[in-house]
Amino acid sequence: MSTSAQIFRQNATRWAGDVEHRHRIEKALRGYEIKRDEYKGRFQSWAEARRAAAAVKFEVINHLDKYLEQFVKNIEARGAKVFWASDAREAREYILQVARDNKAQFIIKSKSMTTEEIHLNEALQEAGFEVFESDLGEFIVQLREEPPYHIVFPAMHLTRGQISDVFQKKLQAEPVQDPEALTMIARRLMRQKFCRADMGISGVNFGVAETGMISITENEGNARLTTALPRIHVAVMGIEKLVRSMDDLALFLPMLATAGAGQHLTCYNTLYGGPRLAGESDGPVQFHLVLLDNGRTRILADSEQRDALHCIRCGACLNVCPIFRNIGGHAYGVTYQGPIGSVITPHLRGLLEYKHLPFASSLCGACTETCPVGIDLAHHLLQNRRNAVAQKPPLLDKILFFGFKLLMKKPWLYRFGMGMARLLQPLHELIKGTALDPMRPWTKTRQTPKFARKSFRAWWQARNPQS
Amino acid sequence: MKITLFIPCFIDQFYPEVGVSVVKVLEKLGHEVEYPAGQTCCGQPAFNSGLWAEAREVAAHALDVFEGADVIVTPSGSCGAMMRVFYPKLFEGTPRHQQACRLAAKVYEFSEFLVKKLGVTDIGASFSGRATFHDGCHGLREMGIRDEPRQLLKNVRGLELVELDPPEVCCGFGGTFAVKYPMISSAMGESKCEAVVATGADYLISLDSSCLMHIQGLLEKQGRKVRCLHLAEVLAANL
Repeated sequence: MSTSAQIFRQNATRWAGDVEHRHRIEKALRGYEIKRDEYKGRFQSWAEARRAAAAVKFEVINHLDKYLEQFVKNIEARGAKVFWASDAREAREYILQVARDNKAQFIIKSKSMTTEEIHLNEALQEAGFEVFESDLGEFIVQLREEPPYHIVFPAMHLTRGQISDVFQKKLQAEPVQDPEALTMIARRLMRQKFCRADMGISGVNFGVAETGMISITENEGNARLTTALPRIHVAVMGIEKLVRSMDDLALFLPMLATAGAGQHLTCYNTLYGGPRLAGESDGPVQFHLVLLDNGRTRILADSEQRDALHCIRCGACLNVCPIFRNIGGHAYGVTYQGPIGSVITPHLRGLLEYKHLPFASSLCGACTETCPVGIDLAHHLLQNRRNAVAQKPPLLDKILFFGFKLLMKKPWLYRFGMGMARLLQPLHELIKGTALDPMRPWTKTRQTPKFARKSFRAWWQARNPQS
Repeated sequence: MKITLFIPCFIDQFYPEVGVSVVKVLEKLGHEVEYPAGQTCCGQPAFNSGLWAEAREVAAHALDVFEGADVIVTPSGSCGAMMRVFYPKLFEGTPRHQQACRLAAKVYEFSEFLVKKLGVTDIGASFSGRATFHDGCHGLREMGIRDEPRQLLKNVRGLELVELDPPEVCCGFGGTFAVKYPMISSAMGESKCEAVVATGADYLISLDSSCLMHIQGLLEKQGRKVRCLHLAEVLAANL
C-alpha cells in the first residue's frame, strides 16, 4: 500500500467515526441542496443547460490548441504577459521571479485551487514573502494552518466557536460568535492588508477565447480588490478552463453559481483583460497569466477520460458524494477532494500512488447525475481501477479472483463450493469477531447473512426435476 | 411470454425466497418461466475490483448461458446494470461485443419488467404494515428505475409507503467496497439506518438484496426491529 493510501485509510476511518462531524456536514449540505434545487428550477430546462454546457466543453477541450492560441493572442494584445508552465515547479518559479523582480514584499491572494495544487503559498513563504489569503474561508483555514476542506467551501467543517477560537488565538480578537461580528473582525484586518499589498494573485474561473479575458466569480469582493489594488496581478489558470465566447459565459456563470453554491449568480462576476492601459486611472501596472498544464495534457491524451477536463470546479460532485459527506475533505489528503479528485488526482499525481481514491467509492453514481458539465465520473472511477490493476496487479486480489473466476465459470464447481461454504458457516460462528475471522471487516459492524437451508436452484430442481 | 430468470449468486445462496417470489409473481401473471441451471454470477465483483480480464471470463459464461433467451429478468438492479450497462463496455473491442450488446438489450430488472414490459402495476398483492423504500444506486442511476417499484407498492393492499428523507442516497454497500473500506461503508449505512428508523417503518423494501444484506446486518447489530424485504417478497406475500 502506498504511503498516501495508508494515510487516507487512517484519516478516512477516523473521520467516518466522527458522528458529530457527519451531522454538521450533512446539515450544511442539506441547506445547499434546497437552494441548488430552487435555482435549478429557474432555468428553463436544467437538463438542456447541462447538455449545452457539456457540448461547449466538448468542443473546447477537443480543440484546445486552437482556443488556447486564440485566447493567448487576444490577451497578449492588451499587454498581458503569458507564461506556459508545464508543471507546478515551473509555475512556482515564474511567480517567485515576478515577485523578486518587482521587489514585492507583501502578497495578497484571492481564492484559487490551482495555486493550492502547485503549493504556491508554501513556496512564497519559504522564499521570505508574506502571503495573505483574502477569501474569508481561505483566510480562516490559513490561520488554522490547514488546507481547504472543500474546493468551494474551504472552511465548511468549522463551527462558529472554532472560528472564534482561532481569531482569538491568532488575531487577539474579542470572543464573539455572531457570524456578522466574526466577519467584521476579518474585514477590518483585510482592508489594511489590501492597501499594503504590492502583488495580488488570483485564480481563474473561465478564460474567454474570443475576447482574451479571464472571468472570476466570487461572493465577497475580495477578488476585485486583490486584482485591482496591487501594482502586479498574477492569475493562475489551468489550461482547460476555457470557453469560446461571451455567449458561452452567459450559460456557464449561472450554472457554476447554481451547481456550486446554490445561488442564481454569485455576487460579483468580473472580467479582466490585462494591465492598466494608457489613459486608464486604475488597475495593475503588470498583468501576468500563468497557464498551467501539470498533468492536464495527460488527461487530454486519454480519450476515455478526456471529459474530466470539462470540470469547472463547482464542487457539486463533492456535495452529493456520500463518501465525502462521511469522511470530509481533509481525509483525502489531496487538493481536489471528492469524485472529481478521485478521477483526476491519479492522472495528475500518479496512478499507483493514488489508486486508493477511485477504490474508495461505492460507485453510487450521484456524482455523474449531478455534474453540470456531464462528466461520467462514476464510470471513470471504474476505469481508474482497471488501469491501476493493469499497471500493477494486486497479488491478493489476483489470487482471490482467480478462485472466483474458476468457481463462477464451472456451474458444478460453483455448486460444490457453495455447498462447502454452507457446511463451513457454523465454524465461522466460532471465530466470528475474533482476530482469526477473515470476515472481520464485515462482521465488526454488521451481522452476517446466513446460507439458506435450501438454495434457489435446489428449490427449482425439486420443483422441475426434468429441467 | 417465455421468461428466462437470472437469479444472482447471493440470492441463490442467501435469499432463495426472493427468487421463489419472482417465480410465483411471474407465473401468477400467466407467463412461462425458465431457469438455466448453468448460471452462476454476472462477474460484477471482479469488474468493480478492476480485474476486467477475470470479469470477462465470468461474463462470457453468462453470455453463453443466456444466449437463447428472449427476455432475461433478474431481481437485482445491480446485477441487471452489470449486464445491461457494463457488459457492452467490458467486451468493447473483443469478438464477443455484439453478443454482449444483444444480451444487454434483453435484460430487465424485475419491477421494471412488470411495469414497463408487461404493463402491470397491480398484481393483487396484499401485505399489511408500514414500509419505506430504498433505491439501490445501480437500479436507480444506471438502469433509470425510479417510479416502477413505487407504482407496484402503491397498489399493495394494506401497505403504507413512507418515503425516506433524504431519498436516493447510497446505503454504503458498494460490493467489495463494504470490506475494503468497512468504516466508510458502515458510516454510510448508519446514516441510512437513521433515515429508515426515522420513518417509523416496520419494513424496508428494496430491489436489491445486496443493499439489504448490508442494511439488515447493521440494523440487527444495532438491535433494531425493522425487517428488510425484497420487493418480490412483498408482491408474493399472499401467493
